[in-house]
Amino acid sequence: MKDLGQGIEWLSIHQPTTLAVIRVLLMIVPVLVIVPGLIWYERRLLSWMQDRIGPNRTGTITLKNGKKIRTFGLLQPIADGVKLFFKEDITPAAVDRFLYFLSPAIALFPAFAIGGTLPWGPGHGIYGLLTPVWGSEIGLLYLLAISSLGVYGVVLSGYASNNKYSLMGGLRGAAQLISYELAMAMSLASIILVSGSLKLTEVVSAQEGPLWGVVYGVQNWFIFTPFGFVSAVIFLICMVAETNRVPFDLPEAENELIAGYHTEYSSMKFAVYFMGEYAMMFIFGGVFGVVFLGGYNIVPIRWDALAGSMPGYGAMHFIRDANYWLAPLTFLAKCAAGITFYIWLRATLPRLRYDQLMALGWKFLLPAAVANFIVSAAWIMAQKLWGWQGALGASVAAIMITAGLYSAVKRAMNAGTTAMEKRTLALVEGTETVPSVRAVELV
Amino acid sequence: MDINQIPIPNVSPNLVIVSLFSLIAVVTGIGVVAFNNPIRSMLSLVANFFTLAFIYFSMGAEMMGIQQIVVYTGAIMVLFLFVIMLLNLSTDSLTMTRKFDVKPFLAVPVGLGVFALIASQILLPFKDTRTPSAPDATAVSVGWGSPQALGRALFTGYVWPFEIISLLLMVGIVGAILLARRRVEA
Repeated sequence: MKDLGQGIEWLSIHQPTTLAVIRVLLMIVPVLVIVPGLIWYERRLLSWMQDRIGPNRTGTITLKNGKKIRTFGLLQPIADGVKLFFKEDITPAAVDRFLYFLSPAIALFPAFAIGGTLPWGPGHGIYGLLTPVWGSEIGLLYLLAISSLGVYGVVLSGYASNNKYSLMGGLRGAAQLISYELAMAMSLASIILVSGSLKLTEVVSAQEGPLWGVVYGVQNWFIFTPFGFVSAVIFLICMVAETNRVPFDLPEAENELIAGYHTEYSSMKFAVYFMGEYAMMFIFGGVFGVVFLGGYNIVPIRWDALAGSMPGYGAMHFIRDANYWLAPLTFLAKCAAGITFYIWLRATLPRLRYDQLMALGWKFLLPAAVANFIVSAAWIMAQKLWGWQGALGASVAAIMITAGLYSAVKRAMNAGTTAMEKRTLALVEGTETVPSVRAVELV
Repeated sequence: MDINQIPIPNVSPNLVIVSLFSLIAVVTGIGVVAFNNPIRSMLSLVANFFTLAFIYFSMGAEMMGIQQIVVYTGAIMVLFLFVIMLLNLSTDSLTMTRKFDVKPFLAVPVGLGVFALIASQILLPFKDTRTPSAPDATAVSVGWGSPQALGRALFTGYVWPFEIISLLLMVGIVGAILLARRRVEA
């Protein structure tokens, strides 16, 4: 293992370009390989959740002696791929040709561009050289910037198709993506405040500290902290909206818009859209893992610190090393968890109505994210000034003042109106011999 | 001919990349005004902003470049696109009949004059430059384009302009709401 690390270091000194190419391949090839598998996974999981069987028998080989080699339908995506390749590629006569060809490419681009900044392993040792592709100083902002570019793929295809349904889908997509972009940015802003860096690798290492700064052996994954939990919920909703998945798949609502913005697309151009969507789901699962779930750490336990403080226990060192070497697999598992969540949502929730979608984004998520941002900023400030006890006291005082103000304002607003009459009603329960009477207050 | 005799042009790879992006930026910039179709024109502007962002990146001004993408490419241009699509401007309705006008003849000398004025100020520091870098890269510290440096500048030296601009934006938002809200008959 040490030789391998040295070899890669030698490569990085003498051939930075080669190393860069290796890094790019290490990011892109897994995503491209995993995407067909994801489609199979989604269909199987969905069928299991809906009490069906799903694609389970493609590629079953029956031998001469009657034995069967089963592949659990894993070859289904290959069959799908072959079908998509050989389907007739129809370009409708009325389309804007240049944009019609360009927009699938734009739709595929953000997923890979974002994936390049995700760290698949710790920054030291061999992973430091192999991942991420671009250890950007502005990682989180870059992520937001690139994910907002995905809207062009949707809007331009809607426009270029020259079809009313496509145009409707494109317009819906644009409005939806702009709305949820804001809440997403604000939810990430409080994470930036806390971790003190935009760099994704540093966001992860900020989560490797002790929990809440006090629990020694446990990692401070942001989802365990109060502000981080709120951010995580908001981010999760926005991330589903950004990828146009159920329950936010209004741009491609089948029962209203045929297939929305990709109605006019067939064969490989449709497949590119499909691939872009799944790659984006995968990458966003990874982003959620990096920002809220401690990145490449398996469990929120600080093996490094424990191994350091308990030098006698060899097991600790072993687990620490295992945690290190399993990092890419852990990261992959977190991406898979994200995907599973997406599929679970698809099996559970019906599609939102358009006004509900807008109301959720603008009237709930954005104010909640901004409030979360202000609260976490105030907490950090108070903690810097008075220590955590002072900050705790200050937040209790702040809650009381807010509650007082709220009730005062409410009272002032209700001052002119007459209060609703209060009535009490006696309910008689129990047996006839022992009646129990309880008063219920009706408003 | 001896291979060592061939003069090697004093060009760094960085300069090649920047020149390439500059070329794209210029071409797309011309595209913005040259296209008849408003969507094409707008997309040229998007490509222009995008390449500008790349030029900023190549100079190490990452924060600047990403702001370019977030604000212009990701938000403002999407709104432009949205509006153009909603109005559904077709190329036919925009084709104008050309008649004699004195403005183009005035515009050329004025435009050239403005160009010369700006170029004389901008191009001077770039004399004899082989690699693209900040005009005063030796004087400023390392990481001059980083979010930290930008944030520090915004919240120390330029805090008043920064806050006043934010107030201006707030006024804009309130104004937009005031204009767009439904009139309620009193």
